[in-house]
Amino acid sequence: MTLDITGLKVSIRGKAILGGVDLSLREGQVHGLAGESGSGKTMTGLAVLGLLPHGSQVTGSVTLGGRELLTLAPKELNEVRGGQVAMVFQDPATSLHPMLTVGRQLTEHMRHHLRIDKREARRRAVELLGKVRIPGAEEAYGRFPHQFSGGMRQRVAIAVALACSPKVLIADEPTTALDVTVQAGVLRLLRGLCDELGLAVLLVTHDLGVMSAVADEVSVMKDGLVVETGPRERVLREPAHAYTRSLLDSLPDSERGPRPGTRGDIRTEES
Amino acid sequence: MTFVLTNLVPGDPVAANLGQRALGDPAIVAQWRADHGLDRPLWQQYALHLQGLLHGDLGTSQQSHRPVSQDLAEFVPATLELAGAAILVSLVLGVAFGVIAALRRDRLSDHTLRVLSLVGISVPTFWLALLAFYVFFYRLQITPGSGRVDAALGSAPAVTGLQTVDALLAGRWDIFTSAVGHLITPALVLALYTIGLLTRFTRSAVLEVLGQDYVRAARAKGLPGRVILFRYVLRSALVPIITVAGLAFGSLLSGTVLVEAIFAWPGVGQYAYKSATTLDLPAVMGVGLVVGVVYLVINLVVDVLYGVIDPRVRLQ
Amino acid sequence: MRRLRLPEAWRQPLAVVGGVIALVWLVVAVAAPLLAPHDPLAQDLPRLAPPGPGHWFGTDQLGRDILSRVMHGARVSIPLTLALVALSVLIGGLLGACAGYFGRWVDETIMRVADLVFAFPTVILAMVVAAALGASLTNAVLAVLVVAWPAYARVTRGLVLGVREREFVLSGRLLGFSAWRSLRVDVLPNVTGPVLVLATLDIGTALLLLSGLSFLGLGAKPPSPEWGAMVASGVEVFDSWWVATFPGLAILTVVLAFNFLGDTLRDALDPRTARAIKERAL
Repeated sequence: MTLDITGLKVSIRGKAILGGVDLSLREGQVHGLAGESGSGKTMTGLAVLGLLPHGSQVTGSVTLGGRELLTLAPKELNEVRGGQVAMVFQDPATSLHPMLTVGRQLTEHMRHHLRIDKREARRRAVELLGKVRIPGAEEAYGRFPHQFSGGMRQRVAIAVALACSPKVLIADEPTTALDVTVQAGVLRLLRGLCDELGLAVLLVTHDLGVMSAVADEVSVMKDGLVVETGPRERVLREPAHAYTRSLLDSLPDSERGPRPGTRGDIRTEES
Repeated sequence: MTFVLTNLVPGDPVAANLGQRALGDPAIVAQWRADHGLDRPLWQQYALHLQGLLHGDLGTSQQSHRPVSQDLAEFVPATLELAGAAILVSLVLGVAFGVIAALRRDRLSDHTLRVLSLVGISVPTFWLALLAFYVFFYRLQITPGSGRVDAALGSAPAVTGLQTVDALLAGRWDIFTSAVGHLITPALVLALYTIGLLTRFTRSAVLEVLGQDYVRAARAKGLPGRVILFRYVLRSALVPIITVAGLAFGSLLSGTVLVEAIFAWPGVGQYAYKSATTLDLPAVMGVGLVVGVVYLVINLVVDVLYGVIDPRVRLQ
Repeated sequence: MRRLRLPEAWRQPLAVVGGVIALVWLVVAVAAPLLAPHDPLAQDLPRLAPPGPGHWFGTDQLGRDILSRVMHGARVSIPLTLALVALSVLIGGLLGACAGYFGRWVDETIMRVADLVFAFPTVILAMVVAAALGASLTNAVLAVLVVAWPAYARVTRGLVLGVREREFVLSGRLLGFSAWRSLRVDVLPNVTGPVLVLATLDIGTALLLLSGLSFLGLGAKPPSPEWGAMVASGVEVFDSWWVATFPGLAILTVVLAFNFLGDTLRDALDPRTARAIKERAL
């Protein structure tokens, strides 16, 4: 299923945040969305699910498999949220409820969306925890978020997002809050899940290094507009826009551009 | 602590307790002092006081000429019933109003609740009590007047000392309804301040939680609004709310002094007032002790509730 | 660092209403002898006359004009309350600042005493103090002072602790400025805003407590037109509702005015300080 964003404009209390964004996600592909903070990349992700802050105004169109999302009634929108389009947030320390068990946060929306009973939900949850490579999935089910490390928490958050087999995953800076040493593991996991489940992934990040490791398509945003879109290889090697070039120039040399075979390695390792 | 406090104060209990004529007679004064142990040095008084405490003896009230513990046993349950009912009402209404205000932020109902809760914390309790007494009892005659229960009904055998509970235990429905009828107005008057306080506080606590990442994440999961409110938002907001509610119980106890006076509620508030104005030191110390115990219990309850609500506290 | 954004706060309707009510009461307090239709102590009107022409708030059991008494009551309660709050800010603020700045045993001693006072229901403690000192308005003020200062000590201490470790204070100390200087120059401006907000909110609480003590007979003595004492005199003749109602309304409106002001000012503070105040102000 594809997700198409066309002419998306957002303003908050009269202040323009997005000035007409066009993006298109396809299944089995990771679409990287880059740009510095304040460029509107996070807002784009939130707008898809109608999660913009109090007092925002939205125009344009967001369609999922041809179905318009922006005008959905609250009840129908809730069916899409978590059910067909899921989201992973930047900081797993704050995006998981600190007082509810991992199991509870994994099964609650499953039971709501898929209408399955407690036992079935539990079985699926444990299976999911295994899939995101959490050691001791059975015990992990009954534990609380603060009992996991940052990287493990983000894996839990990914499991929560994937619980109802969504078609589209929006990952908002999923590795920014994590230690460098565990970032690669989480990215590898995302890439693998994308290939295995045929997910369409929107990977929002300011880190072009992250982008070069996993993205198929890359879009670059500046001041609420997409200034460049294209296949990763082309955008990162031969940037057409001056802003993309300046972003690339600000990277240390070792991280610049995709190293040959990097993506292939990740793919084989995970699947 | 109570002992130090009551002894630091310069008032003379002898003067407060004996009439002018008796004061003129040194023999009577000396006798009275000896009766109450006031002729000994301060440290001996304190030692005696501590010794008494260990045996559960709080001394003898200079006013009622009965052991203070006996007086307290009679008056404490009445106040606990009143204050307990008031804190229950405050929690239910205060939290409900606060949640409504937060969810309808910046709309008419939010502004209205803000003004109402500020009025609630601005009303002089003693005046409101008098007004309620006048309107509901004297004018409209829809509430019973003073006291805890209709004297004509007698009373249920004392088990807990709480009239409502005792009546239920004894199966006396008539006494129960009478007790609730007597309780309702003073409890509401007493609760008003706390309702206002908790409304304001709940509103800001809920607003803070609503801005948290995990609430947005819960919305992104497509959970219905009421599940998010009750399971995600209220759960977190309850931690600061019960902290404040625990503190508010103290101000509630303060209020009982004023409310009990109007409704002739036979509780500790009235007892404290009588003992304070007559400088009945053993009685004042007894009240202080009760208050201290109540604070300890409240703190304990709040701590237990933290553990129930927040697993991180429990698992530490 | 500017914590208060006054102009915005003043544009709030609540603050305007509160400000106007407070201003009206201040004018009444100053001009009561000119405004009041009768002598507040003269017992020359019919007794317990209901509100009507000539005596719009009615008369009490001694034939005194209640409107005039309520107006003159403003001269008793308002200045006393303001002085009371100013004093508790001064004493509590100073003690709290010392506790926060010097730490160790100074902190330990001051805060221990503050905790003791906090642990006692305010009315009961104030009642004991007032009763021990003897019933008079001055003693009632002292009694309220005893229970009011710890709130300021706590807030100031917390704020001073927060500011003390900031770079600009530390660098001042490194440059060799004395403790007193850095307390005055660096710390004081940062704690003024929050403490002022707390004080505004506390004016209401102090007035409620003060009139409560008078209501219990531990404050103003008759024939003083103090509002709490006037409500108390209405208890004896509660079927003549006007005797207690109008002085009570006077208390309510003054307290409400300052709560409106304080609440708006609190919103103008940054959220963290505001929360500290909210929790401590109980």
